[in-house]
Amino acid sequence: MKSIHVSTTVNGDPAEFICTPDETLLDALRDRLGLTGAKEGCGTGDCGACSVTLNGRLVCSCLVLGAEAEGAEITTIEGMATGEALHPLQQHFIDGAALQCGVCTPGILVAAKSLLERNPDPSDSEIRYWLAGNLCRCTGYDKIISAVKAAAAEMRSN
Amino acid sequence: MALDTPKRTFKVVGTRPARPDGMDKVTGRAMYGADITAPGMLIGRILRSPHAHARIKSIDTSAAEALAGVRAVLTSADLSVPEDEFIRDVQDNCMARGKVLYDGHAVAAVAATDAATAKAALKLIKVTYEALPHVTDVDAAMKPGAPIVQDGRTLENVPAGMSANVTSHSEFGHGDLASGFAKADKIIERSFKTAATHQGYIEPHACLASVAGDGKADLWCCTQGQFFVRTLCAEIMGMEASQLRVTASEIGGGFGGKTTVFIEPVALALSRKSGRPVKIVMTRDEVFKATGPTVSSSMDIKIGMTKDGRITAGEAHLRYSGGAFPCGTVDMGGQAAFAAYDLDAVRTFGWNIMTNRPKEAAYRAPGAPQAIYAVESVVDELCQELGLDPLKVRLKNAAKKGTKSSYGPTFDDIGLVATLEAATSHPHYTAPLGPNQGRGLSCGFWFNFGGNTCVSLNINTDGTVGVTEGNPDIGGSRASISQMAAEELGVPYEKVRTIVADTSSLGYNDVTDGSRVTFSVGLATIKAARAAIQNMCARAAKIWGIDEDAVEWKDGAACPAGPNAGKFPPMTLAEIAAVSAETGGPIAGHHEVNADGAGVSFGVHLVDVEVDPETGATKVLRYTVFQDAGKAVHPDYVEGQMQGGAVQGIGWALNEEYIYGEDGRLQNAGFLDYRVPVASDLPPIETVILEIPNPGHPYGVRGVGETPIVPPLAAIANAVSRAVGVRMTELPMSPPRLLKALMSKG
Repeated sequence: MKSIHVSTTVNGDPAEFICTPDETLLDALRDRLGLTGAKEGCGTGDCGACSVTLNGRLVCSCLVLGAEAEGAEITTIEGMATGEALHPLQQHFIDGAALQCGVCTPGILVAAKSLLERNPDPSDSEIRYWLAGNLCRCTGYDKIISAVKAAAAEMRSN
Repeated sequence: MALDTPKRTFKVVGTRPARPDGMDKVTGRAMYGADITAPGMLIGRILRSPHAHARIKSIDTSAAEALAGVRAVLTSADLSVPEDEFIRDVQDNCMARGKVLYDGHAVAAVAATDAATAKAALKLIKVTYEALPHVTDVDAAMKPGAPIVQDGRTLENVPAGMSANVTSHSEFGHGDLASGFAKADKIIERSFKTAATHQGYIEPHACLASVAGDGKADLWCCTQGQFFVRTLCAEIMGMEASQLRVTASEIGGGFGGKTTVFIEPVALALSRKSGRPVKIVMTRDEVFKATGPTVSSSMDIKIGMTKDGRITAGEAHLRYSGGAFPCGTVDMGGQAAFAAYDLDAVRTFGWNIMTNRPKEAAYRAPGAPQAIYAVESVVDELCQELGLDPLKVRLKNAAKKGTKSSYGPTFDDIGLVATLEAATSHPHYTAPLGPNQGRGLSCGFWFNFGGNTCVSLNINTDGTVGVTEGNPDIGGSRASISQMAAEELGVPYEKVRTIVADTSSLGYNDVTDGSRVTFSVGLATIKAARAAIQNMCARAAKIWGIDEDAVEWKDGAACPAGPNAGKFPPMTLAEIAAVSAETGGPIAGHHEVNADGAGVSFGVHLVDVEVDPETGATKVLRYTVFQDAGKAVHPDYVEGQMQGGAVQGIGWALNEEYIYGEDGRLQNAGFLDYRVPVASDLPPIETVILEIPNPGHPYGVRGVGETPIVPPLAAIANAVSRAVGVRMTELPMSPPRLLKALMSKG
């Protein structure tokens, strides 16, 4: 298969890579660009560990082709903090013990940020349904929901 | 190592500081198994059996070997046959020899320059199979005349005349069952079945192996125990332990499933053959088909009770299948079944039966959830029949200090009564319920492990502290170990950094399992800190020119012990460390132990459910976990274990199961069809931590990780029974199964 040259923007920086036509965006991010924050938990869009945003839309990067990144703006977990300053969601996940093994955490943080951009004051139920596509096997989700709520409250007050 | 007396007050232990790996995990910096690469790395992939049971007639790898970019092809013919039976089973599970024993069993592997080439090469491998009759159900496999999974694997304790699939038998208990049952006013006998479930860790198995031409090798992998991985791989590869360095990556969940090897020996063998580093990452499909789910079970329970709620006798027959190889998990089920009760007459009989399913691996309290589900269901039904309060009945029969347990040992201080009392007085127990709603409860138990542990603690010259331990951190243990080091040394938590060492940097440590780490590594860390303190007191004594015995350690500093020792201002850890070069060199403490005294763990769960009579769907409305933690070192992560375990149990109770077709193939090898709980399925999981100190740990710590998965199975079955009047004796209570039960009830 002839490879494709892709020009894109990742976390605000211009990026270029070459990928095969059947290569997923997740593989391109991880293997071509060295951004291993997004994880492959299933490869079928069931677990959400590979969540990134594509032109502002929350996607499972295992279900998007690398070639689709052409001319797009991608954001990943690596772009969430600003320098040393963590995003309120990241800080509340640490403070509220909302992670254990942490392998689902990048996807959940990206998904939660996407929620708060659309709904700055979500109810518990809205958070639970929004994150229903992100599997976590360690925490039972309890502390994740609390951390998202706490981060949302902080962001509203700033 | 006994509990410190007098009881100490804690400064760091019991607080909730940020976990040391938190920053890496929220920013994507943390390196998991699949995130590691090496120069010149090849990609390995594994060809797997499409048959549940078949003889391998031939494997032709020539076309795959000829494909450009393929650097090595491997079959079992490339591996020697280990003499040790246990090692041989591990190897045969990683690469089939002679027969494939389950759908997904590995038959060959390739290493190629990229994933696409490796995948193409697998298609070029020609395997000729002779399909054999298969059996995947535990009861069917036990019947005479069932297809034989492996012959000649039966231990001597199995009576003659049984199917060759029955590999072992065990019995536990005491007292006279017949006279016990004779004293009962009511006896209930029930049979139960539970499906095999998977740990469901989100990170698939991944490893990178690099074998050099001189035989030295490195292996990076996601594992719960790098030392055990070294043992297994060195045996399979015929290597000396010193030549194989295993480094554990960050681990994306394990729950027992990453306590053995599946791909690591394959990657090492491919690397040795190709002379290049080889990385293997499993797909989710492979994780379901070819790693180690838990046992499936079939059980008969008989319990007798008096009118006022005293259990007079209990009997359990447990038939577990650990898949296609012998498996001892049923022994733990037999020991755990009646552990919560103080009984005069109790007996459990356990059998392991081979089936054409993947080889079982540990899953959180292995063996206990199944047996305790069955026992706690019958206890609850007796309470219903006799019109008794289920909490009062459990309190009446609860095991306590001095109880001779159903599996032999006499209990020391345990927290079962305290957890039951906490549940009784909690508002959840008396909250009102609506139509089609019911409340259930169950006790849970786990032994807790100790085991081989080795810790090295270094006092840095700038006054900071490094702790080197050997157990991968699956639940926040680096935080709790740093807390215990800080507590003992009298320094702030932030001054301590705990790292997980590779196998060449520390002595042998048992696997992270059995809820052993915070207990055992914590104990060794405290002892290592005390050794360092002794050293620091000696340094201060040298500086002051007084006797070592005249120096004591208080609040992070060496001080003269009493007025006769002389008047010297205290020397802090940092001050002593700064001049260590002049007083005898670096300061360190270490401790090695095969720890015992882990202290058993009990918990009680309360759950409210609502059943939709139209669909059979069960919604969990409210959930409260009560558990004895001994001493909660980092309460956030103790709660996290209680919540996470409860939710895994909820999944087991309501949805999760391995579904096999008539062809013996797994039909739901993916997260879409093997449905683990998602956030919108669940209510908040409330937690109540009890602290009944473990007499076997200086701070009173008990393991907390396993017990929480045990009670949900029966608690939810009991709640369903009280909600809609049907007793579910098969797990999971998925909507179709529950609907069928509701329809036949009418």
